[in-house]
Amino acid sequence: MDLSLSTRTVGDRTIVDVGGEIDVYTAPKLREQLVELVNDGNFHLVVDMERVEFLDSTGLGVLVGGLKRVRAHEGSLRLVCNQERILKIFRITGLTKVFPIHNSVDEAVAATD
Amino acid sequence: MATVELRFSALPEHVRTARLVAAAVARRAGVDEAVLDEVRLAVGEACSRAVGLHQRSGLDSPVRVALCEDEKSFSIEVGDDASAVRAVPGARGREAAESAQEPPAEAEVDMGLAVISGLVDDVEVSADERGGLIRMSWPTTTAAVLP
Repeated sequence: MDLSLSTRTVGDRTIVDVGGEIDVYTAPKLREQLVELVNDGNFHLVVDMERVEFLDSTGLGVLVGGLKRVRAHEGSLRLVCNQERILKIFRITGLTKVFPIHNSVDEAVAATD
Repeated sequence: MATVELRFSALPEHVRTARLVAAAVARRAGVDEAVLDEVRLAVGEACSRAVGLHQRSGLDSPVRVALCEDEKSFSIEVGDDASAVRAVPGARGREAAESAQEPPAEAEVDMGLAVISGLVDDVEVSADERGGLIRMSWPTTTAAVLP
């Protein structure tokens, strides 16, 4: 399955719904989306990964890149993920310490720290 | 001879195919269902890394994947042809100096290896005159799944 992307706004947060597979082939599309959002002045992003079926290190690299971009504007990038197989990749690479990971979009939108 | 061998042009769009084939052969070999996600991710990382090495080195040759089933284990070997480039004295340094515009790719290569070593207990990374080779293996439970 290919990558699917859609965005919506909740208050001052921009939710990016990601579905399908994020790998070496599809990750550039996600990178473009994040770059475009930041260039358009959206600095508080919530990436909803509940429908992501596969994520590899290329995808992680894109998310880290997104985090760097929003931080340059004192923004935030929060992830929503409950899937153990996806969370495992964040743990292996130590990125659970880098990204705030939430159980739901509502929780991520409400978070301020 | 390997149970199944794949050779694919070093293009990102073919990595998914390698993942699907590896998972299918692993399942048939008796690798536990719970481990198939790890097999899929690990072979994807190894192939992505090889594709990146071939592309950055301007190599036209294919990436090689060998899937081997034996009585007690299932193994995957992913081979690249990039060692010739790496072996050139000073090539690494020159590449590093020139790649100021491309540090993310290097970082992703390293993160791929980190994911593999974090996922797979039995992994060897080696190199020969042809290129680099990542070998990974998993135990099979064929006896347990037989009726």
